[in-house]
Amino acid sequence: MRENATAARDVIAIRHLSKTYSGRGGGVTALDDIDCTVADGEFMSIVGPSGCGKSTLLKILAGLMHASGGQALLNGTPIAGPRKDIGVVFQSPVLFPWRTVLGNVLLPVDVQQLGREKMTQRALDLLTLVGLSGFEHRYPWELSGGMQQRVALVRALIHDPALLLMDEPFGALDALTREAMNVELQRIWMERRKTVVFITHSTSEAVFLGDRVMVMTPRPGKIGDLFAVDLPRPRPLDVMTTEKFGVYVRRIRKSLNAGGGLE
Amino acid sequence: MIGGPKNFALRLVLIAAFLLVWEGFVRLFAIPMFILPTPSNVFLALYRGFASWLYVDHIWITLTETLLGFVLGTTLAFLLGTVIALSRPVEYFLYPFVVMFQAMPKVALAPLIIVWFGLGLASKVVNAALVAFFPLMVNTIVGLRSAEEDKINLMRSLAATRTQIFWMLQLPNAMPYIFAGLEIAMIFALIGAIVAEFVGAQAGLGMLIQSMNFTMDVAGQFSVLLLLSVLGLILNGMVIGVRKRVLFWDASQKFNDEAARKEVA
Repeated sequence: MRENATAARDVIAIRHLSKTYSGRGGGVTALDDIDCTVADGEFMSIVGPSGCGKSTLLKILAGLMHASGGQALLNGTPIAGPRKDIGVVFQSPVLFPWRTVLGNVLLPVDVQQLGREKMTQRALDLLTLVGLSGFEHRYPWELSGGMQQRVALVRALIHDPALLLMDEPFGALDALTREAMNVELQRIWMERRKTVVFITHSTSEAVFLGDRVMVMTPRPGKIGDLFAVDLPRPRPLDVMTTEKFGVYVRRIRKSLNAGGGLE
Repeated sequence: MIGGPKNFALRLVLIAAFLLVWEGFVRLFAIPMFILPTPSNVFLALYRGFASWLYVDHIWITLTETLLGFVLGTTLAFLLGTVIALSRPVEYFLYPFVVMFQAMPKVALAPLIIVWFGLGLASKVVNAALVAFFPLMVNTIVGLRSAEEDKINLMRSLAATRTQIFWMLQLPNAMPYIFAGLEIAMIFALIGAIVAEFVGAQAGLGMLIQSMNFTMDVAGQFSVLLLLSVLGLILNGMVIGVRKRVLFWDASQKFNDEAARKEVA
């Protein structure tokens, strides 16, 4: 079991993490005593309904928000604020319209002063990896939604972060584009072997991509069951029609239902 | 579809017809020149004004006042707007002054400005700057605060400093607002200069209108009004020209609005 692996091999270790939003009439508990680890190079899917605190968890991991209790460790050091070794992909591409595709990809390079000369070739290589070579001097508004999200993915990878956080990155895309992006993300992940925390509300997306799937239950956000997905990679799209895949999806749905996640 | 060469021609015909009817109306009813001049008299006045270089000198003076006032007013407005947008304490303590001044018709200060800064160039520049100041300051504040939360979060997640967030995100993001403010400020600067010239000046198109009014040279006044509207168009065109170069990305900003679905955690 991965849970028993030594702490050194865990890129993320979350210990008794909780988050309470203060408000009128008492606080709202968004996260309650979360405990889990993510191993080096692991693809962890987190699935849960809206309001289960999964975005809060991601914001804490990204250093954008402070936990109320407990802590999250990245490579052994507590995440106390934004860090340079994390890449984030949000639900919308969040591209700057005044920057070209290349300019957007190099944003982390500019912010962290890594030197454009050194990094431009890497940016072009990554753009090629996601099938966007030749688009580097275009502007974001000239691209489709799926292409924009791929630019956002490259931007999150450019500074070679230890951890890639993805917050429903394909939620705004149409179903076909979304499936294509899933295949592509798997391919990129297999090539680069980044540690990924991938948040989604789609059970099939979670199973298709994840080494493990963590189910979160709402109000307060708690960890329900953890499923290790034992399907060979690379997984083709039609793995979704197999019996084994269906079993995973059904078990996860059942777990979501038990937690009051689905009506 | 509106537009196209046919409709363009129709437009010209309409303007010509308007001028002809005006000319005929004045002649038919023998309206005195000091009430309403004919278009031909206005064009004659315009020609004479340019032939004697009289208009050129006055245009030059009003243009200088307007542009200097625009630069002075918008520079200060941008700086103050930036400080207010970035600092809540500054905003809190300056707010009463800002509201007071904003509600006041700035042109009403023109007589005072003339007393303080004299009949020359300085008072016109100050008045133009004062009138041009507020539209840009307000737009600068709104623009700098308009960056979406996702974009701020992206910058923060990269461990960007506040200075970097300002230069790489907030400032470029504010440019559409700033240019909208600059367009208004340019026209306002012209108004400020003309009003100050009305109140007291030795030269400029506003002064020219007033002196023509005293001599009942109504055709001359019409010709200067025509000049002023052309001047306004050119000044506005200058700002729009720069905006198109700087804000080439703004026209297609639609893409930013897609998918604002956010999970309320």
